[in-house]
Amino acid sequence: MSKLVEVTINDKTYNIPEGHSILRACEENGIIIPRLCFLDSIHEDGNCRLCSVEVDQQHNLKPACKTIVRDGMNVVTENKRIYDYVSTNLELLASNHHFECFKCSREDNCEFLDLLRRYSILNEYSDLYGYELKQTQLNNSSDAMVIDSSKCVLCGRCVSACEKYTGIGVLDFNKRGNKTYVGPAQFRGLEDAGCIYCGKCIQACPTGALREQDDIKVFERAVRDPSKTVIVQVAPSIRASLGEEFGYPVGTNVEGKMFAALHLLGVDEMIDTNFAADLTIVEEGSEFLDRVQNDGVLPMFTSCSPGWVNYLELYYPELIPNLSSCKSPQQMAGAIIKTYYAERLQVDSKDVVSVSIMPCVAKKAEAKREDMGRDGYQDVDIVLTTRELARLIKRRGIDFKNIQPMEPFGDLATYTGAASIFGVTGGVMEAALRTVSEMLDSEAKLIEFKEVRGKENMKEATYHLAGKDINIAVVHGGVAIKEFLEMLKTTDKEYHFVEFMGCIGGCINGGGQPIVKAKDFERIDVIKERSKVLYTMDSKSILRKSHLNPAVQKLYSDYLNKLNQHDLHNLLHTHYKARTAYSEYIE
Amino acid sequence: MFERMQLLVCGGESCEQKQIGAIKDALLVELKKHDCENEIAITQSSCFGLCEKGAIVGVFPDEVYYQCKTKSEIVMIVEKHIKNNQIVEELRIKDPILHKRLKEHSNFHVFNKQNRIVLRNCGIINPLSIEEYIARDGYFALAKALKEYTSEEVIEIVKKSKLRGRGGGGFPTGLKWEYAKNSQSDIKYVVCNADEGDPGAFMDRAVLEGDPHSILEAMAICGYAIGAQQGYIYVRAEYPVAVERLERAIEDAKNLNLLGDNLFGTDFSFEIELRLGSGAFVCGEETALIASIEGFRGMPKLKPPFPAESGLWGKPTNVNNVETFANIPVIILKGADWFNTIGTEKSSGTKVFALGGKIKNTGLIEIPMGTTLRDVVFDIGGGIPNRKKIKAIQTGGPSGGCIIEKDLDTPIDFDTLTDLGSMMGSGGMIVMDEDNCMVDVARFYLEFTVEESCGKCTPCREGTKRMYDILNKISEGKGTLEDIDHLEVLASMVAETSLCGLGQTAPNPVLSTLKHFRDEYLAHVNDHYCPAGVCRELTNYIIDDTCVGCTKCATNCPVGAIIGWPKAIHKLDMSLCIRCGACKQACPVGSIKTVKGGEAHV
Repeated sequence: MSKLVEVTINDKTYNIPEGHSILRACEENGIIIPRLCFLDSIHEDGNCRLCSVEVDQQHNLKPACKTIVRDGMNVVTENKRIYDYVSTNLELLASNHHFECFKCSREDNCEFLDLLRRYSILNEYSDLYGYELKQTQLNNSSDAMVIDSSKCVLCGRCVSACEKYTGIGVLDFNKRGNKTYVGPAQFRGLEDAGCIYCGKCIQACPTGALREQDDIKVFERAVRDPSKTVIVQVAPSIRASLGEEFGYPVGTNVEGKMFAALHLLGVDEMIDTNFAADLTIVEEGSEFLDRVQNDGVLPMFTSCSPGWVNYLELYYPELIPNLSSCKSPQQMAGAIIKTYYAERLQVDSKDVVSVSIMPCVAKKAEAKREDMGRDGYQDVDIVLTTRELARLIKRRGIDFKNIQPMEPFGDLATYTGAASIFGVTGGVMEAALRTVSEMLDSEAKLIEFKEVRGKENMKEATYHLAGKDINIAVVHGGVAIKEFLEMLKTTDKEYHFVEFMGCIGGCINGGGQPIVKAKDFERIDVIKERSKVLYTMDSKSILRKSHLNPAVQKLYSDYLNKLNQHDLHNLLHTHYKARTAYSEYIE
Repeated sequence: MFERMQLLVCGGESCEQKQIGAIKDALLVELKKHDCENEIAITQSSCFGLCEKGAIVGVFPDEVYYQCKTKSEIVMIVEKHIKNNQIVEELRIKDPILHKRLKEHSNFHVFNKQNRIVLRNCGIINPLSIEEYIARDGYFALAKALKEYTSEEVIEIVKKSKLRGRGGGGFPTGLKWEYAKNSQSDIKYVVCNADEGDPGAFMDRAVLEGDPHSILEAMAICGYAIGAQQGYIYVRAEYPVAVERLERAIEDAKNLNLLGDNLFGTDFSFEIELRLGSGAFVCGEETALIASIEGFRGMPKLKPPFPAESGLWGKPTNVNNVETFANIPVIILKGADWFNTIGTEKSSGTKVFALGGKIKNTGLIEIPMGTTLRDVVFDIGGGIPNRKKIKAIQTGGPSGGCIIEKDLDTPIDFDTLTDLGSMMGSGGMIVMDEDNCMVDVARFYLEFTVEESCGKCTPCREGTKRMYDILNKISEGKGTLEDIDHLEVLASMVAETSLCGLGQTAPNPVLSTLKHFRDEYLAHVNDHYCPAGVCRELTNYIIDDTCVGCTKCATNCPVGAIIGWPKAIHKLDMSLCIRCGACKQACPVGSIKTVKGGEAHV
């Protein structure tokens, strides 16, 4: 218990733990202070100035977010002067904001809009009243993300998030003063700026200035096209987070309602990416065994996270041989949909629209990679993020809370517990270990590999399998990835298998997941709550090893085993190539 | 090898514009003609403080200052003075106040009210010569500090001297040093803020270019006092001469072991490196400056933590301005008590100002704190030219405000200027007369802050722009009374909620002009009239019947809007007039007047 200090806030005395900021002290005591730029431990620059409060009757106002309480401090958070200043400040921000809320990706949870409403902003410095608007920049040339400076309030949260989560620092401020805008240096297109599309900036943004490439319209057209068969796959972690968009507490499993909503949206077939996750484990497990037994390149790196694949291709291309050649579950599912499944449904592959619901922004770019299709079509046509799916459901007026849950039909929606945990850091490794350990050593009965679970950003373990020590590691988040790969250059330790994920916590905290407002971000351990859903699903499963999935076994016996080696490889495996950013500047 | 004579050529901003470079070249040609280029050294010095007098050449050791404009004058100086040691009396500069040629430069009336401490060596020594600096007691203060005082005693002396930061804030220097000393860390830094960015200010430049060693010496003393071994000078890249001289000075000092390891045989070591800024005004703010040295975008950070706790690379750092440092060696040598005899109770010492605007003698002046503005304007500046009336004095550059005529008798120090709604700033001082439109003045300074705001915090980034928009509206005659209200709300909001000093002081030009010259704002808004005739859209001209028909106005009009015969009253066609004001300036009898929009007639 830390020491308490006595602070007077709005003429009332409170005992506040020492070291708290005024903002925290107030929020914990139900006093609302407007805030826009503060994002706990990520962005604490105090630059939006909306949380300005009077401290000890000093002339200049102080930012509540960064002013630490002191014994005997007298704070005023609400009076006419403060109200006027906050209003004026918001008026100024509003005057340069491009209001198109009806189509904005943040139509329902815009932190900026909340403030404008709370302060009854009149927008009196807008161009309507003869003021000059600033020039805006639209960076939308990449397949995954859009930066739209017309909606940016320059809070700087994305810049800090990019730096602190990925350690790359793709985003920064360009120009200065009133002309400042956020983007890659020289407002380079994101595809050539070293961005890995992790989407942490999107999640940090209080407005819709940063967003995924919106594919809702394409989807809406596809489901209404009678000549097309729309087949949807849903990633493991969507069911753990989608509910948040509809008012469910963080960590609610809404699997049934999710499938029911998709059905109401008009899709023709539903499969589960979890199924493809099981398939991935079988392929990846075999690849790993092959590498171990035939002196292949080790350690082998997992390849399910496209953010991580982007990172490796951009920053450590020399390690590409370590990367598993397996496609990610999304792409394996896509390939199976367009071939095996289309055949079974007796439709032409070209008439199948393959849609995936992903917690990830990078998946949008992954689906457009060159070797992710054949005969002139792509395996995945439309990638929607969790947020886009939620938006779609809301815009259609579907009463999510009150729909009857349903199960997806078809055997490609069968999955094991191992697949469920794909969405959380350590999950891919744990799933792989379950299968590999049994392949290597039929005696091994281990199911839960707890060493690879948890929030630590670098986890290591050694398992003794078939007379051999297998050293594994689990790494997530750009900063840890860099640290690990740098360490790998110097260490003597021999690693065999490493799981990497571009996002801290894995897919459950992916860049396409519902956005948690800055205020909730401090209170709720989002990663932990969402992970729990997946681990619970796993522990409740009867089948917990991927290779035991009967549908996977059936797929191999009915289809995959009949393909020649080359076709099979093309279907489920891929290639990587070294990439650079700002190439013309690098000699 | 030592030269027989030394020619100091003024390199101040004003003289530079008067093509001092060409004069230097011409001097060299002449010297070569007489075969004495090896006996005579030509050095570009810093501002002599006599800018209005034109390009100035000082001849040393005779201490004679000439003002030369033409080649024949240069020929004369070289032939007579340099070859034959005859002083060319007719080219000697005159005292701008007494209008007499005086023998002793230091007897100049202009300098009577001045006291050169910071500028003690400027224009007197060859800045490239460490020997000359040492000959004027250079590095004695460092030796004294290292040999005779403990670091605590040095801080005590600086504290006792009541020296306050000359960069604008006026924070007690000794206290700042003490904070840095008390911060526990094995690595600490001393940073010299030489990122002088106020428009029209060049005090720091004068010291850097004219007396670079004084800064190095002071930084070493500071390093000794706070326990730092590394110093950085953050200097604008736009000051190439200063950069060159600092580099040379550092090299020379290292060669003589006045910088480096074990100075004066003690175990104190100190190194100094230069860091070049790339012209962002906000980098004069200490946290932004530190970010810039670290290689980041120059944006201020919230304080606390202050740099004294966590500054450069997270280490305790003491940042002082050039002028502050320049005071240090003198204080150490002559003592705090001596320093306290100069200036006022709360602000001791002197302050250098860059005097400019509508005043007869412009240039750098160094006055004791407590000198009145009236003395500055009339005794040093020589008053307002063209028999115009003084309207206001703007101090503190874009962060300062205007001081009006009735407050001229206020003694200048940090606190009095703040009380008047202005501030000391880094030392710009612009005198304005009745021809200055105060709306336009506010607009000018605000344009500067709009450009120079770093864009980090909302009030400064967006607020200054909107204030600028409103001022533009007003000066175009489109303003309303509501706009003035908006302007006031915005100004106080920006001042009280901005993150750093730049934003907090940015509205000062607006607030102080609104306070003292509200009627001018109202004239713009209500009557669509600019009383000073500056705002183009609001100015109409008439030629009244005092016109003597000299035709000067018609000849000067670029669009042929004035017609009239010699010796007859001229007429102005307002439909053609572009309101450039050339006619008004050209008129020798003041017959062309500005009137309100509606009153113009052909």
